[in-house]
Amino acid sequence: MIDFTIPEKVKQQTQMAEMVATTIMRPTARKYDENEHDRPVEFIKFMWPVMADRQKSTLEKARRKAEQADTDEPENGNKKENIANLSMLFLIEQLAWGDVAQYLSLPSAGLGGFAIEAVATLDQKERFLSRYADSKAKPAWGAMAMTEPGAGSDTAAICTTATLDTETNEWVLNGEKIFCTSGKLSLDESNGLVVVWATIDRSAGRAGMKPFVVEAGTPGVKVTKQEHKHGIRASDTVAIVFENARIPYDNILGSPEVRDPEAAGTKGFKGAMKTFDLSRPVVAASAVGVARGALEVTKEKLADAGITIRYDAAPHELTAIQRDVIEMEGLLKASWLLTLRAGSMLDQGESNALESSMCKAKAGQASTQICQKCVEILGPMGYSREWLVEKLMRDSKIADLYEGTHEINLLIVARRILGYSSAELR
Amino acid sequence: MIAFTPTNEQKMLIDAIHRYTENQLRKSAHDADEASEAPADVITKGWELGLLPGLIPDQYGGYSDGQAAITGALALEELAWGDVALAVNMWAPASFALAIMHSGTEEQKQTYLPAFCDVDRPLASAALIEPSVVFDPWRPKTSAVRQNGHIVLNGEKTYVPLANEAERIVVYATDSETGKVDGYIVEQGTVGLTIGERNKLMGFRAVPMYSLSLNDVSVPAEKRLGGDEGTDYRTILNRSRIALGALAVGVGRASLEYARDYARERVQFGAPIGTKQAIAFRLAEVAIEVDAARLMVWEAAWKADKGEPITQDTTILKQYIDKMAMFATDSGVQVLGGHGYIREHPVERWLRNARGFAALDGLALV
Repeated sequence: MIDFTIPEKVKQQTQMAEMVATTIMRPTARKYDENEHDRPVEFIKFMWPVMADRQKSTLEKARRKAEQADTDEPENGNKKENIANLSMLFLIEQLAWGDVAQYLSLPSAGLGGFAIEAVATLDQKERFLSRYADSKAKPAWGAMAMTEPGAGSDTAAICTTATLDTETNEWVLNGEKIFCTSGKLSLDESNGLVVVWATIDRSAGRAGMKPFVVEAGTPGVKVTKQEHKHGIRASDTVAIVFENARIPYDNILGSPEVRDPEAAGTKGFKGAMKTFDLSRPVVAASAVGVARGALEVTKEKLADAGITIRYDAAPHELTAIQRDVIEMEGLLKASWLLTLRAGSMLDQGESNALESSMCKAKAGQASTQICQKCVEILGPMGYSREWLVEKLMRDSKIADLYEGTHEINLLIVARRILGYSSAELR
Repeated sequence: MIAFTPTNEQKMLIDAIHRYTENQLRKSAHDADEASEAPADVITKGWELGLLPGLIPDQYGGYSDGQAAITGALALEELAWGDVALAVNMWAPASFALAIMHSGTEEQKQTYLPAFCDVDRPLASAALIEPSVVFDPWRPKTSAVRQNGHIVLNGEKTYVPLANEAERIVVYATDSETGKVDGYIVEQGTVGLTIGERNKLMGFRAVPMYSLSLNDVSVPAEKRLGGDEGTDYRTILNRSRIALGALAVGVGRASLEYARDYARERVQFGAPIGTKQAIAFRLAEVAIEVDAARLMVWEAAWKADKGEPITQDTTILKQYIDKMAMFATDSGVQVLGGHGYIREHPVERWLRNARGFAALDGLALV
């Protein structure tokens, strides 16, 4: 059935997130934008127990699932509706509405966690994720390191290597990663970890690329640079260098085989690419949150100036600004509904690679356009750093760049609808 | 619970409509457009699918599932995928029936609705749009003046489908005392009602639409839609936009699929043009817009079925779908290049049809 009813649980969660956004994030948003590498401690402190509880229940679910698989017990009519992903999208939209830069500093396993959830064994989940499930302990962060100076969208060009030292049964990592979100928080400022993509066989191309878990404190791992960015300045973005960094054999996620048919399937590169099935809707949701914030402020400020949007006016009576606002509301709604669809499909266990790229491409672009337009509409006040709209414009742009640029997501959509492989449509 | 899957009944309905649109509408659309005339048997077969009873509650002879707006939107998308002009032609009597259903008195519903659940298509229509560059669908200029228990209507209407053969037409007019807009059931042949010229349009050629003028047309007070309480005009106009949105999605999807298939087959520079990013990206953008528009239509329809206020939603939706339909169909022509401009291919017709959505605000079909 086609239905847009927001579950009661999600509504309550959104109320909580709105409270955090209004009382903690918004009041400090400007401060952390102007002081780039400071940590949003108020937000981190508040969110850590919330995120830890979330992680705790996810881990428990994984354990139960493993137990059931062991005993081969059929799921006895346990048809409880799964809304985990939808619920996360609502949470992130609301937090991003508060301040997307702080939201990116959420103390949690982050993108590293997504990869681990997607492909790790239960034993690995226990080893790597338990640190994110203890609300009494200090906050911890997780990150993912994919991009390299010579490998952006072209992930197959990754040249960080992982070599197996058969004597010690350890992987030895060498190379440089850049643009790693929360990398310093994960490696230097907490007992966290980074999921690092490295190749074990350069001649094998993508099939040789594997994700490895590198924990904080590993010798030979060094955060070398903190980036200075256009926006999302409260978010930690770093370069990491690996020099003969040794990690245990079991820190590889998925199969170590390069030409194992399994490896090409759900467990290997493609399997881990499933990270994007969730991370792209997540980026889309955050983009929607930022744009909604900008649009709401714009409508409020216009209303203060006596300009309201008349939804039942004749087209010829609308002013250019009223029309702009209505158009932006359309872009926002389109983005959000595409995002919810991608999340809902994931909850239903359906493949959503097409839909997640669709929502990311749409929301990333729409959010950027909306925020740029809001600065324009508000004129001298929009451009002023006294208000947040100029910050929102800078913050919004990242959603059109990370987790695959707009163009890369269009490419994925195009391949899917045309039925072309990556070799046929390059 | 948020969900994006039609019910099994709705899926079966879509399948049935798809067979009809593929076998009937697609095959006759070109000639019907050229001749500005719809083949009668195609229209009859469409009516015989029994779509309208699916939107009408059982006490009036139908079998509505309570999701009339959503089911209607699904049906209209599928019909418009075949051909939007033939679809509107076939479906035009619904503009009368659904106005009665959404806003009629109990007596009006009992009187008029059962006929629309029959096998034979009753000829009826609705008149809302007016011939003016400053036409305001919220405030039509056609006036209704109360006189001795009667209502006297004066004004000009246009884009009235099937007006020449309709037995009765709902005419929307502004009450000169209250400023409120109501519908009035006007029988064909009423003194002062003149059916004018058939509209000559850029697209939508297979649906005969007419201008009509009302000169002191006198209607008994009980023929006011909704009786003493009057008409829920907002609902009717809002639902018309949901219907237009659904039709636009159908047109956009048709154009996308055609251009996609063409791009896979058309070889230039030694490769299918679909393997070039310039073409592929445009198709990807169209695919995103069509899907986004469909979700917006569904959401607005869902709200309409729940009786929530949706004026803001439908205003946003209307602007969005007008743009989407133009982008999708313009892209269709563009991907086909010069061939897209030739009338052998349907994309130029779809482009002409798509522009129509801007002019049709008030064509009330859901």
